[in-house]
Amino acid sequence: MEIYELEEKAKEVRRWIIKMLAEAGSGHPGGSLSCVDLITCLYFKVMRHDPKNPKWQDRDRFILSKGHGAPALYACLALTGYFEVERLMTLRKLDSILQGHPDMSFTPGVEMSTGSLGQGLSVATGMAISGKLDKKDYRVYVVLGDGEIQEGQIWEAGMAASHYRLDNLTAFMDYNRFQIDGLIENVIGIEPVVDKWKSFGWEVLEIDGHRIREILDAIDTAKRVKGRPTMIIAHTVKGKGVSFMEGENRFHGVAPTKEERDRALQELT
Amino acid sequence: MKEEELVGTRDAYGKALLELGRDNKQVVVLDSDVSESTRTKWFAKEFPDRFFNMGIAEANMMGVASGLATCGKIPFASSFCEFGTSRCYEQIKLSICWARQNVKIVVSHAGITVGEDGASHQAIDDIALMRGLPNMTVLVPCDAIETKKAVFAAATTDGPFYIRLARAKFPLILKDDYQFKIGKGVVLREGKEATIIACGLMVKQALLAHDTLSREGISVMVINMSTVKPIDKDIIIKAAKETGAIVTAEEHTIIGGLGSAVAEVLVESNPVPMKRIGILDRFGISGSPDELLKRFKLTGEDIHNAVLEVIKRK
Ligand SMILES: Cc1ncc(C[n+]2csc(CCOP(=O)(O)OP(=O)(O)O)c2C)c(N)n1
Repeated sequence: MEIYELEEKAKEVRRWIIKMLAEAGSGHPGGSLSCVDLITCLYFKVMRHDPKNPKWQDRDRFILSKGHGAPALYACLALTGYFEVERLMTLRKLDSILQGHPDMSFTPGVEMSTGSLGQGLSVATGMAISGKLDKKDYRVYVVLGDGEIQEGQIWEAGMAASHYRLDNLTAFMDYNRFQIDGLIENVIGIEPVVDKWKSFGWEVLEIDGHRIREILDAIDTAKRVKGRPTMIIAHTVKGKGVSFMEGENRFHGVAPTKEERDRALQELT
Repeated sequence: MKEEELVGTRDAYGKALLELGRDNKQVVVLDSDVSESTRTKWFAKEFPDRFFNMGIAEANMMGVASGLATCGKIPFASSFCEFGTSRCYEQIKLSICWARQNVKIVVSHAGITVGEDGASHQAIDDIALMRGLPNMTVLVPCDAIETKKAVFAAATTDGPFYIRLARAKFPLILKDDYQFKIGKGVVLREGKEATIIACGLMVKQALLAHDTLSREGISVMVINMSTVKPIDKDIIIKAAKETGAIVTAEEHTIIGGLGSAVAEVLVESNPVPMKRIGILDRFGISGSPDELLKRFKLTGEDIHNAVLEVIKRK
């Protein structure tokens, strides 16, 4: 897929996120919209995967550690063919295959159940170690929230991944600068975050997390790094793509109304 | 019929904290990035110097709370039920309970009535976990009035406390002059043929079952067991002796919670036919709170049926 096509895809994913959340009446628009471009690049361009064979042993793995961004993941899974697109509108409803947070027992393509923050990087580390053990060349990708890295477990995983020299592991930090209670720097600051990951033995890249070219280049660079995992610090905007949601943390965990949905969809055409 | 008044137990907590904060400078509050939801934000606004947002780092928060307590503070540490219990269990167990520190853990969003967020956010095992800890007192208030009294009781009683609150608003059941006592169950309805012992949200469902049963000519006692630990043995044994059958009801797994606590008392003293209403050893799912209460068989009707069953087994 070309860059302009990926940009169109990302827009389509954003439209679905808005539609799904408005229909569900609850959920997390802000943090879903900020990581869309990253996940779109992975599913539509970067990752080796087969939606018709979700358990294919040699597939690349993706974990959405910030599980509340589930709508972004679900839209990518549906649009690549893991399940029918119409299912997206059942998000968060009783007996839906699309649970409020990713649940691998319900959704084809979801590699790990998440939603409690801080746990995904450890699981990704396990997958990457297993890849090394089995001499497989699949890669493991994970998206973390910037608030999420306040969890101590993230740093336990960070230490383990560099100790085991997991160059098959690439993590993104969705640096949209907000958590629920406000700006990260006003809750528990994480800076200097680049230095932190470097000192934990990671290769660290910094990009604009909404520029497809930069995302693809960073992933390529990560593939060439030997002997250590890569952390891509992706500078993003919470609510990206919908003017009245951008940087407006009220939309962390509040779904758009029908009226807001219509306005958002207009902007996303 | 008059519309029932619904009040959030977490709202009652937020207000109680304000009063406590004004009365006692030693009261400090910690939260883990959910202060809007737990209502500790109200305290943060009035007492910014005594509020500490610890970020998304619950285990650290519990350790910090313990440290504050060693220096004479009265820390209230809040989070969602799931993340404020199992996520940081050993910190609670050792730094707070083993060390006997005066920390009050107050969580909101307990049980499956969290609803659409689904299993990762639905704590169903927290009562079992907290009940297993020596030195811990476990409170599960049935409405906003009891919540306020429970929070005050915790603040003025030395030692670790766990108070379980919800996201959903609860109907008011008790009156303002209700006397809350730690470790005491309260008879809400007298009855002869069976007893329903419930806590939290399920007290209301127990009362609904009681009303249906009494229309059917069956007389049941209803007990609000808001202290799950230390459990009120006397009231359980008395109810078993007087009514001869017991049903428990909780928004929690049937393994290790209120039902287990009651069963432990009964088997060692006065066994009678019993049935536990609760979540049957499975994880939650997404759905609206009401849909989930039905799906997980946690309604007044389910309690009603359980009562009929235990009476038959007498
Ligand atoms: C362990 C844990 N604690 C608390 C929560 C509640 N919670 C859901 S989203 C969120 C904020 C996440 O912030 P961030 O990682 O920055 O995500 P984003 O801003 O991108 O949505 C919190 C605290 C949770 N899901 N898991």
